[in-house]
Amino acid sequence: MLLQTIWFFMIALMLCMYVLLDGFDLGAGIIHLLAARDDQERRLILRAIGPVWDGNEVWLIAAAGTLFFAFPVLYAASFSGFYLPLMIVLWLLIMRGVAIELRSRFSHPLWRTFWDTTFFLGSTLLAIFFGAALGNVIRGVPLDASRNFFEPLWTNFSPFSATPGILDWYTSLIGLMALVTLLMHGANYISVKTSGDLHVRARYLASIGWWATLVLTILSSVATYFVQPQIKAGFTARPWGEIFPLLALAGLVGTRYWSHAGQDLLAFFASCAFILGLLLSTAFGLYPTVLPAVKPAYSLTISNASASQYGLSVGLIWWSIGILLAIFYFAFTYRLFWGKVNPADTQEQLGH
Amino acid sequence: MDPSIILSRIHFAFTIGYHYLFPQLTMGLALFLVLLKALYLHTRDARYNASLHFWGKIFAITFIAGVVTGIPMEFQFGTNWARFSAYSGDIIAQMLAMEGAFAFFLESAFLGLFLFGEQAFGQKIHFLSAIMVWIGTWASGFFIVATDAWLQHPVGYAVGVGRLEIADYWKVLFNPWVTPQYLHTISGAVITGSFFMAGLGAYYVLARQHQAYGRIFLAMGVIVGLLASLFQLWPSGDLSGRQVASMQPVKLAAMEGLFVTEAGAGIVIIGQPDIAQSKLDNPIIVPRALSFLTYRNWSASVKGLNSFPRDQWPDSIDLLYYSYHIMVGLGTIFIAIMGLALLLLWRKKLFETRWMLWILMLATPFPFIANTAGWFTAELGRQPWLIFGLLRTSQGSSPVLSSGNVLFTLLGFMGIYLLLGLLYVVLIVYDGLRGPGIHQPDQGDKDSEQGMIGY
Repeated sequence: MLLQTIWFFMIALMLCMYVLLDGFDLGAGIIHLLAARDDQERRLILRAIGPVWDGNEVWLIAAAGTLFFAFPVLYAASFSGFYLPLMIVLWLLIMRGVAIELRSRFSHPLWRTFWDTTFFLGSTLLAIFFGAALGNVIRGVPLDASRNFFEPLWTNFSPFSATPGILDWYTSLIGLMALVTLLMHGANYISVKTSGDLHVRARYLASIGWWATLVLTILSSVATYFVQPQIKAGFTARPWGEIFPLLALAGLVGTRYWSHAGQDLLAFFASCAFILGLLLSTAFGLYPTVLPAVKPAYSLTISNASASQYGLSVGLIWWSIGILLAIFYFAFTYRLFWGKVNPADTQEQLGH
Repeated sequence: MDPSIILSRIHFAFTIGYHYLFPQLTMGLALFLVLLKALYLHTRDARYNASLHFWGKIFAITFIAGVVTGIPMEFQFGTNWARFSAYSGDIIAQMLAMEGAFAFFLESAFLGLFLFGEQAFGQKIHFLSAIMVWIGTWASGFFIVATDAWLQHPVGYAVGVGRLEIADYWKVLFNPWVTPQYLHTISGAVITGSFFMAGLGAYYVLARQHQAYGRIFLAMGVIVGLLASLFQLWPSGDLSGRQVASMQPVKLAAMEGLFVTEAGAGIVIIGQPDIAQSKLDNPIIVPRALSFLTYRNWSASVKGLNSFPRDQWPDSIDLLYYSYHIMVGLGTIFIAIMGLALLLLWRKKLFETRWMLWILMLATPFPFIANTAGWFTAELGRQPWLIFGLLRTSQGSSPVLSSGNVLFTLLGFMGIYLLLGLLYVVLIVYDGLRGPGIHQPDQGDKDSEQGMIGY
């Protein structure tokens, strides 16, 4: 069980990395149309995420691959059960990625408007879908005795239904919460990376996002308490886990404090801490369940969904090497592209 | 077969076939980026660096297309093939996860540096980043081929309760099947890159635009192209063929269109298989050649389809047969084209020989077809098995998935990929027509100090 527990937290951490990193470039997309008013500002937003966004997205692929490897039964059950939303997420990822890369290739205003809007819509819908996906994992899914389920996009919008859909009022609430959280997070990132009017607007949006995040955090915490009692039970059984919600709380307070003090970078790190605290609280509360079932007996846990002992232990060796290398590359890249972006960076540099 | 399984097979074949159009080009071009940078650092001729910027741009857009069409692949094992994933995830997911850990992070981090970092961080870091991108793309290819090799020839596993478990990590990773298949796949990708480069170079020389660059592209494309085309035949193609003969003889029989076991079997050059009557129509055959190529003996006996029970036959023999023949036929033509072109280059006549340039220009799309046909051969020939000898394709699907849902997403992918393909072609044509080099003459040599794309 020790190995399975290690892998559970490794995958949770990889997903956290994904949400922290791709989260800020999704957030940049969410505020793209509001924060950046003219062509030059929009190019600056894209330049701020340009060298890193596809690397950030790799964390999603790597986490999916690692999930497949460490918990093949979970991968098989959840990916087939969440068939439709996953495919929609893939389409959104495709359109959004294309939008980022193609937007500035031609200067025709309609071309740019189209891709700016695609970037905004793709980022916004992805944030909502990721949030709703998390909501589904917390609420539980209608797994049967042979560990299969299939969820339509919606049924009767009740999280207490025997045949819940992907979207009900609870998962939609979590989707909205993800949207405003990433809006705040992305606005913090853009504040760090820009100056001038764009910077002022990004900070204003970060502040609005903060209030919305506060309200939705309270609402969804209360809702989660009723929808998935197991999370509360998890914290009662292992009270030391309270540090995770405390981390989230500290992050939320810190974001506001440093944002007000004009310390953009610290505010950004604080919103990282907030997201990390929330996600780890969820993972900790669910542990050792990895996918709760509507009928608790059918739930997938770290023991009935995991790969073989030998596979997990061999994997630990190469995975540790791989992830250390990855952290090194990321530190290297982020260090190289440190600092604010300015209009000179956005010129197409071949001289045309 | 259940309609949802048939649709899932089409879904997978379509999305992976489409996806692989891009990585084969990036794996090929990655090598050329390293070569161009090395040539620039060696000669300090600014044209090499300008060529690098030009191809770097094409690489970047192809890479992004490869990334966005690749993400669905990582998901599809679970979405459409859940029983297969649960049954063999302990083994194949090792390799898929390793691809993420060792290749994807490397590629993405250094690509950012390669595209944006030349001006700020200097030539050495830029060369290093090109090398790292090259290693990353080829490593990614290795893990994918290793995954497929295991489906073709499962090794290093133990049978557990309702699933397979990994028993020997190194055996799985260095499956004997991997080496020929990887070499064959990689040289196929280099062929794609070479023809692409030579084809565009031929266009520039023919159209009398950017001719200095056109000549560089032609020379590099033709030299590397001939080496890769020869390597594709021998040793990598030869090894792959003999491997199939010894470990998957039924696939060999089906792809060669050999219905009846025969001593001194010939190779079919052209002919249309008639499965119902177990014969070939209008065959043109080189006598005894198949026996020799397979067993190095002109009169060796080669097993035909009649030696195998019907339920072990691949289920699309005619498509398999055509895929194989298209691959081999094109591969042979590639050697002829590149051989002739290199001869002309050596005699210093290539740039004036317009008919040869026309051939090179028009040949550009064919390596994409040959590589796709090669994958069709490998995978259709594996049927009816998903894991050769262990799990049938019909046993690997997602049990709860209705055909209506699969069709919905298949149509969705077709629509999005159509749009993506149109955009890709527009961009490549646009960049290709504009050509490499300095677009504002007064900027002089400054170009070589700068990056490649902007936002």
